[in-house]
Amino acid sequence: MRSHFWNRSAALLAVAAMAACGGGDGGSSEAADDAGEATPAAAAVDPSTVGTISGMANFGGMVPTMEAIDMSAEAECAAGYGADGPMAQSVLVSEGGLANVFVYLSEGVSGAPAASGAATLDQVNCRYTPHVLGVQSGQDIEISNSDNLLHNINATPTENRGFNISQPRAGITSTQRFQVAEVMVPVRCDVHGWMQAYIGVVDHPYFAVTGADGSYSIANVPAGDYTLTAWHEEFGTQTANVTVTAGEMAVATFDYNAEMMGAEVPMGDALVLEHGTNRIRVERTQ
Amino acid sequence: MRVLRRGTLGTLGTLALGGFAILALSAAPPLSAQEDAAAAGKVVYDRWCAECHGETGQGDGSAAASMLPRPRDFTQALYQIRTTGSGQLPTDADIRFAIENGLPGTTMPGWPNLTDGEIDDLIVYLKSFSRFFGQGPAPEPLDFGSDPGGGPAAIEAGAAAYLTMLCEECHGLSGRGDGTSAPTLEDWRGLPIRAADLTEAWVLNGGSSVEDMHTRMLTGLDGTPMPSAIDAMNSGVVSPDEVWQLAHYLASLGPREMPPLREVIRVGRAEAGLPADGEEEAWAGVEAFYFPMSGQVVQLPRNFAPAVDGLWVQGLHDGSDIALRVQWNDPSNSPDPNWDEWQNKITAALDLDGAEPIALDSAGAPTARPPDAVLLQFPFEPPEGTDRPYFLMGDAREPVYLWTWDSETGVGAGRGRGLDSVEPLGEDPVTGEATWEEGRWTLYLRRSIEVESDGLDFAEGAPMPIAFQAWDGSSAEVGKRSSVSTWYYILLEPPASSTVVVTPLLAMLLTGAFGLVLVRRAQDRRRDG
Repeated sequence: MRSHFWNRSAALLAVAAMAACGGGDGGSSEAADDAGEATPAAAAVDPSTVGTISGMANFGGMVPTMEAIDMSAEAECAAGYGADGPMAQSVLVSEGGLANVFVYLSEGVSGAPAASGAATLDQVNCRYTPHVLGVQSGQDIEISNSDNLLHNINATPTENRGFNISQPRAGITSTQRFQVAEVMVPVRCDVHGWMQAYIGVVDHPYFAVTGADGSYSIANVPAGDYTLTAWHEEFGTQTANVTVTAGEMAVATFDYNAEMMGAEVPMGDALVLEHGTNRIRVERTQ
Repeated sequence: MRVLRRGTLGTLGTLALGGFAILALSAAPPLSAQEDAAAAGKVVYDRWCAECHGETGQGDGSAAASMLPRPRDFTQALYQIRTTGSGQLPTDADIRFAIENGLPGTTMPGWPNLTDGEIDDLIVYLKSFSRFFGQGPAPEPLDFGSDPGGGPAAIEAGAAAYLTMLCEECHGLSGRGDGTSAPTLEDWRGLPIRAADLTEAWVLNGGSSVEDMHTRMLTGLDGTPMPSAIDAMNSGVVSPDEVWQLAHYLASLGPREMPPLREVIRVGRAEAGLPADGEEEAWAGVEAFYFPMSGQVVQLPRNFAPAVDGLWVQGLHDGSDIALRVQWNDPSNSPDPNWDEWQNKITAALDLDGAEPIALDSAGAPTARPPDAVLLQFPFEPPEGTDRPYFLMGDAREPVYLWTWDSETGVGAGRGRGLDSVEPLGEDPVTGEATWEEGRWTLYLRRSIEVESDGLDFAEGAPMPIAFQAWDGSSAEVGKRSSVSTWYYILLEPPASSTVVVTPLLAMLLTGAFGLVLVRRAQDRRRDG
């Protein structure tokens, strides 16, 4: 049952991650279709000038055990889980791949198409779907409630203005935006202390969130040299230098293991980026 | 520049120095009006605000660590009390509202000593702490619509809306801040924060009027778990009128203003016998006296963030026994493991002023869960004149008689010779019990009015000094970290017959008779004339 759930989650996450990529994944975004307009990024892309970055977040060694979440206070939510009940989501590993890593170009991007379409964040069985979401600054984030009970969506950025909205029934949708880049914006529900999501806000559409199998792909990246940063809520950040060649696929892989648990995790503050490969860096401004 | 802008002195100076001064000033690089006001605002800020809010506006002044909730961090521009949407900046009028009125329920007082001009300058300076101000258009208040009116039907509809909006998840069914989620609530800093006790509206930081409550529901309280209900309203979960009705319901949950302070608890004579416990219906007809409590800040370790902010006291006697009912709101029935996390967070968040923090075991659970407690104190010897023992449980020279209760050991009696020195009194004439329901303790105490073996005699008609202390266990309040009151009086009223009823009657009769005599005389005189 549990693995079934994870597979289902993974599918949702993958879809959401693809949707969140907006213009970056070549127009297959559901969110963009829902918005009823072609994404300008997709329309503007000249295939002879762009390439793709893809790769894996690999997890080696023992996988940390996730704690069970006590959802007994919300039977309606608890019923959505198998016999083992809901577990924490901070480290999700499947066949050596680490999910929920936010991967984005942190240096080298000059100019980017404006945000288009909407990213979506849902609340399903007292959890956020997806758990990690990437958006472009200025992009609409449509937040909905699939649970017929009270959630509040309390976003606490430091670079952006936050919000805290109640959704006491299923079917309510709130639309919010973050105006400037910020990795990451924590989102929580104060009614259900276990509910936690992270939104990565960047100035361009070149980002992705690793799926359940740990893979990611960022399409339509203009040829050039970039720094790619990978953020994870338990393991902090790593960077890799990548060179994108038009019409080709650049591969960047990030490696994780349990010993990285407890790394300082950048939140809110703008990162000071250094060049280097696959090192965890924890510096912040100020 | 500053002085000139303000008037008299500048005008005099200008007149005295004539054209030379004007030339000199115009030659200097002109400061913008904003910079000028910010500089003046800084003077006000440094003098009155910096001790709590910190010199750099980060809410980290020297007094901040002993406060919960913490002083506002102006650099984040997170303002709870606004008329603007969730996450939006406040208007200048919003900031002015908080400065003028203070934030009840917190350590932020109102500032009636500041002039309008000083507050204007201060607002400019406060905004200069955050880069969020000055970006984009000026913040605009939301459209709050108009109040369709109150009354019983509106209040009933509002009560239904309270449940529709699931307010009770945090605020509890009775509104006392005892909802299921209350023990886990945190502010934006990750510090523990109470769900507001809606039955004591005078400690709501945004004001206690229907309009205030309506505004807070639509704007939310930024930086706290209190969300904006605006999307729920716009989605039709509740109608705009129902949000107003909900505000009327909240305003009906208790007194909007702090009850007037009265020095004397009047203990009437119960002709039908004393209630046998704190639940009896008879108490509903007995006048209740409210006594505000504040943190014990005289002796170390002090308590600058007391959990219990007031007690309601009622009394009855039957000529031989006295019965008291003491009620106070406390969202936790300590000891309760559901509040472990809260207790740990309070312990970690507060400067305990030298008190030993409660240690945690290897699983992170506290090694002690203190009980809730309340204590009543009286002079040990009958008071002479206005002399009363030291209000913090007496001293070696003048001990106090204590009626004690805590949620683990129940009711007892003791002799206090200061906060450090309490000696239990074995032969225990005080009896009673306490019950906790939906965020409120009800403590019932009973004792003989006169007991041979001790010095505490409640003679009818003679006011007896009384003072209170209280502790909330789940807020890690133990020992000197308590809430205290000053001395008040408790007065057992004599039987109603002699003075209360008869004297006015006699006076009326005498006045009437005297009047009759006067009238008769006047009539006689006229007849004679």
